[in-house]
Amino acid sequence: MSRFEYAPAPESRSIVKLQPSYGLFINGEFVDGAGSFKTISPASEEVLAEVAEASTADVDRAVKAARRAYEDVWGSMPGRERAKYLFRIARIIAERSRELAVLESLNNGKPIKESRDVDVPLAAAHFFYYAGWADKLPYAGFGADPRPLGVAGQVIPWNFPLLMLAWKIAPALAAGNTVVLKPAETTPLTALLFAEICQQAELPPGVVNIVTGAGETGAAVVNHPDVDKVAFTGSTEVGRIIARAVAGTNKKITLELGGKAANIVFDDAAIDQAVEGIVNGIFFNQGHVCCAGSRLLVQESVADQLLESLKRRMATLRVGDPLDKNTDVGAINSAEQLTRIKALAEIGSAEGAERWSPACELPDRGFWFAPTIFTGVSQAHRIAREEIFGPVLSVLTFRTPGEAVEKANNTPYGLSAGIWSEKGSRILAIADQLRAGVVWANTFNKFDPTSPFGGYKESGYGREGGRHGLEAYLAG
Amino acid sequence: MPAKKKESADSVASATRVTAGGVATAPRLAVRKTYKLFIGGAFPRSESGRTYVVADSKGQFVANAAQASRKDARDAVLAARAAFGKWSGATAYNKGQVIYRIAEMLEGRRDEFTALEVPAAEVDEAIDRLVWYAGWTDKLAQVVGGANPVAGPYFNLSSPEPSGVVAVVAPSAPTLLGLVSVVAPAIATGNTVIVITDAPRVAITLAEVLATSDVPGGVVNILTGSAAEVAPWLASHSDVNGLDLTGLADAKLALELEQAAAETLKRVRRPAAAPDWSADPGLAPMTAYLETKTVWHPKGL
Amino acid sequence: MTATISPLSEVTRSDAALRTFLHGLPGVDRVGADARAAGLGTRSIKTTAKAWAIDLAIRMVDLTTLEGADTPGKVRALCAKARQPDPGDPTCPPVAAICVYPSMVPTAAAALRGSGIHLASVATAFPSGQAPLKVKLDDTRAAVAAGADEIDMVISRGAFLAGRYLEVFEEIVAIKEACGSAHLKVILETGELVTYDNVRRASWLAMLAGGDFIKTSTGKVAPAATLPVTLIMLEAVRDFLDTTGRKVGVKPAGGIRTTKDAIKYLVMVNEIAGDGWLDPDWFRFGASTLLNDLLMQRTKLATGHYSGPDYFTLD
Repeated sequence: MSRFEYAPAPESRSIVKLQPSYGLFINGEFVDGAGSFKTISPASEEVLAEVAEASTADVDRAVKAARRAYEDVWGSMPGRERAKYLFRIARIIAERSRELAVLESLNNGKPIKESRDVDVPLAAAHFFYYAGWADKLPYAGFGADPRPLGVAGQVIPWNFPLLMLAWKIAPALAAGNTVVLKPAETTPLTALLFAEICQQAELPPGVVNIVTGAGETGAAVVNHPDVDKVAFTGSTEVGRIIARAVAGTNKKITLELGGKAANIVFDDAAIDQAVEGIVNGIFFNQGHVCCAGSRLLVQESVADQLLESLKRRMATLRVGDPLDKNTDVGAINSAEQLTRIKALAEIGSAEGAERWSPACELPDRGFWFAPTIFTGVSQAHRIAREEIFGPVLSVLTFRTPGEAVEKANNTPYGLSAGIWSEKGSRILAIADQLRAGVVWANTFNKFDPTSPFGGYKESGYGREGGRHGLEAYLAG
Repeated sequence: MPAKKKESADSVASATRVTAGGVATAPRLAVRKTYKLFIGGAFPRSESGRTYVVADSKGQFVANAAQASRKDARDAVLAARAAFGKWSGATAYNKGQVIYRIAEMLEGRRDEFTALEVPAAEVDEAIDRLVWYAGWTDKLAQVVGGANPVAGPYFNLSSPEPSGVVAVVAPSAPTLLGLVSVVAPAIATGNTVIVITDAPRVAITLAEVLATSDVPGGVVNILTGSAAEVAPWLASHSDVNGLDLTGLADAKLALELEQAAAETLKRVRRPAAAPDWSADPGLAPMTAYLETKTVWHPKGL
Repeated sequence: MTATISPLSEVTRSDAALRTFLHGLPGVDRVGADARAAGLGTRSIKTTAKAWAIDLAIRMVDLTTLEGADTPGKVRALCAKARQPDPGDPTCPPVAAICVYPSMVPTAAAALRGSGIHLASVATAFPSGQAPLKVKLDDTRAAVAAGADEIDMVISRGAFLAGRYLEVFEEIVAIKEACGSAHLKVILETGELVTYDNVRRASWLAMLAGGDFIKTSTGKVAPAATLPVTLIMLEAVRDFLDTTGRKVGVKPAGGIRTTKDAIKYLVMVNEIAGDGWLDPDWFRFGASTLLNDLLMQRTKLATGHYSGPDYFTLD
């Protein structure tokens, strides 16, 4: 009999009305920037639009607008009024969710099922959650009369463009700050659509300012003397530079940086769910996830069985068109990132680890990397230490719980970790010993607006989400 | 040894001894204390062999204090790291008991501090501050942590955990209260600390209190000497997780230290503008060196 | 075929050995299993894939009537529908089987003669299974003698939940023997087993005892078939084949009413057990109303217009 071949099921692009060019969003209006750059679809390399590049002077305009909005309107607005603006934004995101999802997948390369079912709903939920805090700040545990900081300069990455925007903007605004946000160079479009949503919500001009550009624009935001708060999500490398740049200033800072999470599978794990967790841990969003479970630590006694199941499962992953509703793994976000992934994978092979990928056809155009696992990896290998930020899993084994913890913690990072076991006491003991900000036990890559997220050690500091997420935006 | 009839600068505690028969003999010579470092629960000299002169408020020589070096800092980090696992893993109740014990010991030795020109009121305040922190150990998790109502069938709990090894530049003044105010919150939350201080007599006397207070060796390590010399090694040390500069008055040094700390993303408390050590410290000294760990688990039958 | 399979023959030696084995199977995390099933449920099956899946689903239907009010007339009508589900379209395939009570088997056998459609009979004091073994065996033998070539038995959930695994095992072995050449589908009644761990254990138990199919439900207990329960059973047959070399079929029954649902099951079969199970010999739907929805969707795909219930036969 013939195989069950799923026919193409593409989500329509027609819901997105791309403009040929986009300006900067400053003081409630789209304005020209000093320069411009092209933004593409990583799945096809098609140019989607021309986007303004903000210079230092443009950033200064944005910060001035934010300062004015803070002093004249937003900082002194009663919390319950601020709340209603945020609720409005949450609602508009939900109303325009399909449009946002399609645009996100177009510009980022992530599968539509993820932008549709994860990124966009979580972004709306985040605004909805923090909206409710705006008039309850005295109850948040940061003093009886917590005050906003002023202007927040925020720089976000390309892996979850809209969701990271929500993580940054929602708590900042709820606490009474105004923001200047720089989206990632390769994924500016949903942030610009969000600017339009701010207009629809009639958010006062200057409360949210979006400045697009590359690293220099980001540096201008971080280094601007009139910024009171710096929030950054991205690489540890850039995090160090920012931490150094704000040293000696009065700027409050939070950093959400890289990771090399251990996903630990014990011999008594619910194997089928563990396999799902491993797949979700490393192949979700093409592995472009700072908390990805990129190091699988499997108990040696079940390693063979688990790897066989994992490979069988990986063979069912559908790699391809991000807009196809059946795509599980989309495009790598940029040529640059693809080069880095390829380079590290080559190193993995050269170091003697065994590389395996399921048979899968990759499109001719665009940036693609097949889901890959390396077995026979040891702690000494670079692929076990460095963040690859791609769909590449390093598999290591352990014999005892103690060894698992030791290996899991043997990294300068400490963002997340996974534990798979059906034994409650073991899970709790291991969770206690792992030096990581988020521990997923018998699940992985779960996010919620109420749940604090952030790292230990070189994975950064500060928490986003939940009551904890307010602290970064309040004076105390 | 035949007594010499000679007055000594440090014969403060001695008095002319009078025999039962009323015959005056030579005054007793006081036994001086050697002020060494406090590392891993022991009192070693500086590996460098260096000392520096400590004078009292009248400028009189009182001691040769150990002058800590880069290698002493390195040893202190090793000791602090070695102590971290057990101390951070101790029950909150136990940590509270230990810190309360410090307060008890300090109360008993208050005269030693007043003898070192620490005002009695400051000693009181230092003791009370320790009692305050002793009570925090088993409450903070409830205040700053808790359940998160996520939208799904998951148990989700956030708990505070110590950052690890924290390097502290102790304020120059007030010597005792300042020192207690930076050390107590860090250890109450399960961190281990390395303190660099320029008040060796008070600091090492406090170390003696700590050494007799059930504080495990290595939980508090005290380096006496120059912050400018030693602190940069701690700020750039990869196995140090936090840096407390609240008490550092030298803005230039503070900037350098914060920049060095950026390399390994240490949690840094910047110098306080006008620190009031007798004010209610609030939660900030404790939360500065706490990580929030959030654990998820599915709920299903 | 012997009831036990050689690599695992030891595990059914005693109640203790069987318990140790079944309780040693990997656990199932309910939330994870539910999420996996829901995830597969979001697959979007369109156009050619949908047409292919609908025809396959029709060929997998065990067209069922299990009512106290069943009469020969009702059963004859159902058999006619089984042979020719869509009288207006000769390209429409017949269903896999008819499923009836033992008393209706002679009628159905006569009505299906020469069609190639299988005749399944529920047996073993369906649906509760609360009868002495002798009664269940007689029930089975009578159905087979009357012409049933498939027997859908129920396990003793009471014995299973009480932990008397060997008793359940031996009963299945006995029924299998009574079936002779008829295929045995073992109904686990997952709605009464409740936990997914139990579903996994019962699946293995039924397979170890020689069941040719494992089936979710009688249709008389809610919940009947669900996607996650079927997921667990598909994993079980997949793993059982890996372990023993013997392939066992899966039949979700009860509650599957729409084409959309049926396609979700087929996606799950495809991605969990593999396409080796995408065959009426290895996967069935126990259903009645599902068939008409499949036919309506089939017509919609062929004509481009939505159809209505009046255009399909009600039997």
